[in-house]
This record gives sequence, C-alpha cells and structure tokens, in this order.
Amino acid sequence: MVVFIKLRRNKLILVLLLLGVSLIASLLLASAFGAVDIPLPDILRMALNKVAVFDFPATWRAVEETIIFQIRLPRVIGGVLVGAALATAGVLFQGLLRNPMADPYIIGTSAGAALGFTIAILLPINLAFLGFGLVPIAAFGGALATVFLVYNLARVGGKTPIISMLLAGVVVSSLMAAIMTLLISIRDRLLLNLHSVYSFLMGNISATGWEQIAVITPLVIGGVTCARFFAFHLNAFSLGEEGAGYLGIEVERDKMLILALGSLLTAAAVSISGLVGFVGLVVPHAVRLSFGPDHRLLLPASALAGGAFVVIADLIARTMLAPVEIPVGVVTAIIGAPFFIYLLRHTRKEYAF
Amino acid sequence: MTGLEVRQVYFSYLDGLVLHNINLSVKAGEMVGLLGPNGSGKTTLIKLASGILKPTQGEIRLDGSSLRQLSRRFIARHIAVVPQQFHVPFAFTASEIVMLGRTPFLRPLSEENETDRRLVNNALELVGIKELAQRRFDELSGGERQKVILAMALAQQPKLLLLDEPTVHLDIAHQIEILELVRSLNVGQGLTVIAAMHDLNLAALYFDRLILLKEGRVWADGTPGQVLTEAKISEVFSASVRVEPHPLTGVPHIVVMPKGK
Repeated sequence: MVVFIKLRRNKLILVLLLLGVSLIASLLLASAFGAVDIPLPDILRMALNKVAVFDFPATWRAVEETIIFQIRLPRVIGGVLVGAALATAGVLFQGLLRNPMADPYIIGTSAGAALGFTIAILLPINLAFLGFGLVPIAAFGGALATVFLVYNLARVGGKTPIISMLLAGVVVSSLMAAIMTLLISIRDRLLLNLHSVYSFLMGNISATGWEQIAVITPLVIGGVTCARFFAFHLNAFSLGEEGAGYLGIEVERDKMLILALGSLLTAAAVSISGLVGFVGLVVPHAVRLSFGPDHRLLLPASALAGGAFVVIADLIARTMLAPVEIPVGVVTAIIGAPFFIYLLRHTRKEYAF
Repeated sequence: MTGLEVRQVYFSYLDGLVLHNINLSVKAGEMVGLLGPNGSGKTTLIKLASGILKPTQGEIRLDGSSLRQLSRRFIARHIAVVPQQFHVPFAFTASEIVMLGRTPFLRPLSEENETDRRLVNNALELVGIKELAQRRFDELSGGERQKVILAMALAQQPKLLLLDEPTVHLDIAHQIEILELVRSLNVGQGLTVIAAMHDLNLAALYFDRLILLKEGRVWADGTPGQVLTEAKISEVFSASVRVEPHPLTGVPHIVVMPKGK
C-alpha cells in the first residue's frame, strides 16, 4: 500500500514535469514560427535580455523583437490561458455532472457569450475597460449571466438537481442561439460583421495586447489554483451527489462554487478567444484515460495539457494555410477528435459509464 | 453514548407525506433492521438518519446533538452509509474508492497520511478484499463492489453504520457474507448498525431488533420473535405466510404460502 502511495506521488511529479516541459516546448515553438520565422536561440536571448540583466548583442532585427513581444507572445500566452482555462473547466464540469459529454459550454456559457458578443456588435458604443472593448466584456458577461440564469431556473426548494440544470442549460442555450440568429438576420450592422461573428463562434485567439493578457492571467491562474482545492471533493462527487453527501461534502454549496469557478474560467477564455471547441471535452478525457481519474493529478495535468494543446493548435491555425488563418477551433476539432478516438480504442482504462 | 434518537419526525417529499410521527431510540452497539414493504419509508428513514435529508418536522439527535446543528463533515466522521449501489463513472481502483472514506478527515490540499493509509488497509483487510485493492472498481462484480463500498464506509471510522438494503442485488452467498461481516463488526467492535432489509428471513437471522414500517409509521418494534408474527406480516405486507421457528437458531422463519395451493 505504502509502495502504491509513493508510486502515486512520483507519478504526479513525473506527469506534471513532463507536461510542464511540453508546455514550454510548445510555447517556444509557437513563438518561433509564423509569417516571419525567428530562430529559437534569438528568441531565448531576446527574452533573457528583457527579463534579466543579460545583455546579449542583438543578432536580430528590431522588427523581429517587435513581432515577438508585441504580436506573437501575447497571442501564444493567450493560447496557454485559453487552453488551461477550458481544460480545467472541462474537468470541473465533467467531475461535478458525472457526464462524459460535459464540456465547459454544457450549461449555456457558449450561447450566452455568443449572444452577448452579438449584442455588443450591434450597439453603437465604443467603450474600453482595462484594454478590453465592449465586445469581449459582453461575451464574458453573457457567459456568466447565462449560467446564473440556468442555475436559478433549475433551483427548486433549496436544491439544484443536476438533471434539471442540464435540461435548463439546453433550453436556455437554444433560446439564446435563436435570438442571436434572429438579430443577425435582421440587422445590417451584424451582416457587415458576419466574419467576426463567425470567427467568434469558431474560436479565434484574438488577444491583441498585453493589457488583456494582464487581466485574464490572474483570473485563469486564480481559477486553476482554486480548482485544485476541490480535488478531494470532486473525487467524492464520483459517487454521485448523495454519495458525496455521505462523505461529508456540503453538496449544494460545493456545486454552486464549482459551477461558478468553471463558468468564470470559461468566460475568461471566451472573452479572448471566442468559442474554441473540443479543448474542454477532449483534454480532460485524454488526461484521465492516460493518467487515471484522481482529480489531484487530473486538474493540474489538464491545465498544462490544455495550454500546450491550444498553443500548438493555434500555431497550426496560423501557419498551415498562411497567409490564410484558419479558426483555431477547427484545428482543435481536427486534432482532438481522432486523438480522442485513438485513446478510447487503445487504452486499457476504457470508459464505462 | 446515547446513539441515535428520532423524535416525532415527519417527512414529506414535494408530492406527499412519507414518514409520519416516527419515534425511535437506537442505543450505541445495537443492530437494528428496518423492515417494510416498498414505499413504507425505510430508505427515507435511512437518509434522514444520515442527515442528507432533513425532517419536515421533529428532530434527529446523534449522541444528544441535533443533526441540524452538525456540519456534514462532522456527521460523516461519525455516521457512514452503504447505499444499495454506487455507480462510479470514472476508472477508480478499489483502494482509491476506499480512500474516499477518508474524505471527511482530509483538508483540501493535504495529502492522505500514514493513518489514512493504515485505516484504508485495515478496512480492505477487515472486509477481506485486499486482493482487489488495485482492481478497477467498475470492473468488479456486484458483490465485490458492495464490499468495497462497505470498506469505504469503515474507513470513515463510523460509530454508526447505516445500510440501505445492502444485499438487494446480491446472490445468496454474498448476502450472507455481507451480513456476517456487519454482524461481526457489531459484535466485535461495538459498531451501531441500522439497516433497511427486504429479506425477512435474513433480517430475523442477523438482527437483534427489528422495526416494521407501514405507510410511514412504525408498526412494530422489538425482537424478531415479537415483530415477525403471522398477523403482523399479513397486516403490513398483505401476504399470507406461515412463521415457523428456524431449525437451527429458533428465530422466526417465514414460509411463503403460494395462493391457490
């Protein structure tokens, strides 16, 4: 028994180390390639010059430094944040709802964000807050408002049964999608912006500068850290709400907190990337199938794997058909789906729901 | 130690009254079986005793303090529950499931310590499933799963063990095994046991005290000999049976009389 526990600890450290290295490798790779390819050593020296007292002679052009620091890095870091947030939210929702099809969008965040986004485009207001325009703020608010609505619609007599919440989520999502489609079909202003609506719906990492990253980073890091506090509780939720209650979990309180946390992470991701699909579904499943279902490992491992996955997907989206950019959501789906099928078919720890 | 006290408890779900003025006192170290037809309120009473349902009226006291005043975490350190079945959607091993029994003792970021591991180990050993420790829970048979859940409950180090028809889906060998085990914990370690039972004969064999429920009320409460009479069984279950003494132990043994024979 003691041996197994030691193995578990070593496994935790090993897996996190491995995924951490993969994440850093993907960061470097994604910084190096793009419309202009910049050699990795140069990137490393530039970065060291920036953060520390190093003073490497510039073997690169000034424009390359601008590309790295003003264009590529914010986007790459945006990708890490989006991936970590969505994968963590996916773990939270799958664990809480005990539903294999659960993803960060399952209870209406996506429809709410899309509707908020659409309405914001309609409004003739130019507003900026902490580097965010009205549009991402509306997407963020729309996602959170929808979850709040769904949660309260499903609430009966001090309890929020999961099945009611899933049903309320489906209904509210459909309604919001319908309103969005209605708005698009009747307003010229939206038709003019159809491309940006489309790009939002497909997912497109659009962090344009450090200001947005500076706001989203603490949200995502805070969210991912808080999620780790619920690891034991999520393990207990594997037995269902009743079983979790028998193990001393305050079920309704935890459910609300976990939902709020997952929704906040999702909303943060959506505000800088639109609706990137598949990450929140496939990364938690892949990590669970590869390393087991214990949330103490699953949560941090999924955050790292999700970050690396989106960064690589975004690199492919930028470079594969350059100069045309594919929505990153298309890439995550094209990589994610076959990978998921492979894992399902070839891992001994197959699913039994 | 006063054990569990149920005082004038009424309970209703949204669609109607399920329990009606229940008064019970279960002392520490007792082994009590709850009997009654489907829908008589056995499961509801177990859930009320575990604190996950709250009485509509009245109160339930654990060692003198009302369950309403106690946190879930505190209750889970004293009361463990074995339900009919658990469905676990993820690929946990049996020992990971048993470790879940330590949940009420763990802090959010703390790791399980030596004591937790020892208790999990003991529980696996006590239930006799050490060899299943690294097997996947969802690949075990129904009987094995039920033993894992029992081990999980024991890892909680409960003073009171509640079981909701723990043998309902099991074959006769596993039913006996589970009940023998619970009985030995009751006798050997003074564990207080309250179990909803559907099999009257097994209940008569393994429990000292039986409580018969009918339509949410206590219909009879006493030793198997006092509770399992032909008259009471016919009143409560509307079934015609004959009660004979068990050939070995002398407790009531219910013989079903098929209609028309």
